[in-house]
Amino acid sequence: MQFKVNILHTDLLIIGGGTAGCFSALTAAEQSDCKIMIVEKANIKRSGCLAAGVNALNAYIGEDETPESFVEYVKQDSEGVIREDLVYSIAKRLNTVTKKMEELGLPILKDENGNYVQRGRGSIKINGENIKPLLSEAVYKHRSIEVLNKVNMIDYLVHDREVIGAIGFSIEEPKFIAVYAKAVICTTGGAAGLYKPNNPGFSGHKMWYSPFNAGAGYAMGIRAGAEMTSFEMRFIALRCKDTIAPTGTVAQGVKVKQVNKKGETYVRKYGEPTTPMRLYATLMENENGNGPCYLQTKGITKEQEQELYKAYLNMAPAQTLQWLEHNTGPASQNIEIQGTEPYIVGGHTASGYWIDRNRKTTLKGLYAAGDVAGGSPKKYVTGCFVEGEIAALAAVNEIQQKLSPAVDERVIQRYVNSLHRFFENGSCLYEIEELEIAMQKIMDEYAGGISQQYAYSEQKLIIAAARMDELMDVAYTLQVKDLHELLFIHEIIDRLYVGRVLIEHLKARKETRWKCYQENKDYPEKDDANWKKYVNSIYGDGKVNILYRDLIERDEAYEHSH
Amino acid sequence: MSIHIDKQKCISCGKCCKACPGSLLYQDEYKKTFIKYPKDCWGCTACIKECPAQAIKYYLGLDIGGRGGHLHIKQEEDYLDWYITSPQGETKKVRINRKESNQY
Repeated sequence: MQFKVNILHTDLLIIGGGTAGCFSALTAAEQSDCKIMIVEKANIKRSGCLAAGVNALNAYIGEDETPESFVEYVKQDSEGVIREDLVYSIAKRLNTVTKKMEELGLPILKDENGNYVQRGRGSIKINGENIKPLLSEAVYKHRSIEVLNKVNMIDYLVHDREVIGAIGFSIEEPKFIAVYAKAVICTTGGAAGLYKPNNPGFSGHKMWYSPFNAGAGYAMGIRAGAEMTSFEMRFIALRCKDTIAPTGTVAQGVKVKQVNKKGETYVRKYGEPTTPMRLYATLMENENGNGPCYLQTKGITKEQEQELYKAYLNMAPAQTLQWLEHNTGPASQNIEIQGTEPYIVGGHTASGYWIDRNRKTTLKGLYAAGDVAGGSPKKYVTGCFVEGEIAALAAVNEIQQKLSPAVDERVIQRYVNSLHRFFENGSCLYEIEELEIAMQKIMDEYAGGISQQYAYSEQKLIIAAARMDELMDVAYTLQVKDLHELLFIHEIIDRLYVGRVLIEHLKARKETRWKCYQENKDYPEKDDANWKKYVNSIYGDGKVNILYRDLIERDEAYEHSH
Repeated sequence: MSIHIDKQKCISCGKCCKACPGSLLYQDEYKKTFIKYPKDCWGCTACIKECPAQAIKYYLGLDIGGRGGHLHIKQEEDYLDWYITSPQGETKKVRINRKESNQY
């Protein structure tokens, strides 16, 4: 395949047009005159996590809350190891970004006084089925924003440790694309597909997180030597069985309890009901012969049931279809629940780029926002908006003093050759899909997947690391036949990088801080005396180098010291 | 796969191909849509909402409780009408006003 080389220039490059990316672009367009380009591997209309919709905004400062109390809540739920400074900066802006989203057309439930109706602590009720089209419409209204859809970025262009753009390819036509920019914001989302998923082959992608988020932004950062944090704090969701639909809508929305096969509530038997504890308790009940576990919806009213049919259609239609197809519903049948496979996702836990308060990464010229940015768990959709906003404001400020970077033809040619290589590779014994299955099996069995009840030991991680390295070698020998396969192979390579870093992070934290998320069988207890710190890493010379950092408090003004 | 495309109904507009967040849909030589990577479908129903001809329906795999039922969507101004057909062929309509919030 011959690639046509396209070299483009912009002021601000945003990689990934999902939740954080679109909001970043809107902010930059409203607050500056700079030229903005969003590069998106699918199409911004429905790409990213919000494709099917979302049914609540789960980070909002409600009437009895303050930004300070929000920080305390996140800190407590995350066992103390968070970037309080980052969470605080998010908390202070949650309500203004919510207002802005409402102005863009998002319906939010209000009471008779015009106040938002809260769904449990810090959560408000919306109709988020159309949230992504609303965001993309707003983006297209700005003439200063150019959107490149169906272009997959694979690496940053780096000069003297400064990010000056990125390269990638179109998945529609043989076109190599290099975008040079004065600043880059990475908003590619987290990583799904690292572990063997809940459902087998046919419904394998019926998963919690977007299966199209393959950790590209993490992997690009890892390869470029950016510092990463807290990958060992994986996220595992508690979901409706099989459909992997959300449980919060029912648990917090209708306010029902988690019960075991005997109808007993069980979470508090195991500890305070934090997010990881609700999952761990469910796992333990199954282990102890008390499964299946359910959300106790039996007995809710028919009106509530009707509303739940709608709520699920607005975010996870599989659940409503499953009910109606079986001629049943939550009023007559409890909802069985299960844990998902682990994901790496900075919107829920703390995994991601190590950033300063402006969302600047440790690489000059590069910012990170949303699920790809670390340190601030529980940011969810609104928190991703805030981070997109903060990153955009800092980036447009930086751009003002900068000149356009120079094009380096040799670098471009090297990257074009690296793409050609996959077409020129001779026939191989293995298919791309086999590589994916092999990777997910290794991670499942040796790095704490579902089959291991999320637990691992150092010995197992050592095996996982060695096998992942072998797969990485195989990956570069595979042959691709078309552009979509070229996309697939890059997604797998990215996951191998993310998985490799994850394994080292899991190995490095010699305690068990988060039930299920990070369950080290060699060190099964939480050890506050030694481990109230961040596990960070920088990749270089083919090795993941671990470093530790002290906790940063709420009012500290952390800055990178490079 | 969790979608089925009726080629007879497909009007070759290509809107679904553009919207799929996994770029899994392609057009054949007659510009009719097909899903190139069926196992990779997330089940988000973006394509079904795009289709002006109701040519795409959504169903569950056998491994997650599928029994032959399916759904499709018609749009009418601010409304999304979800038509859910049971394995026995009975169809229920659930009408959702896109401008109204969920109650939960």
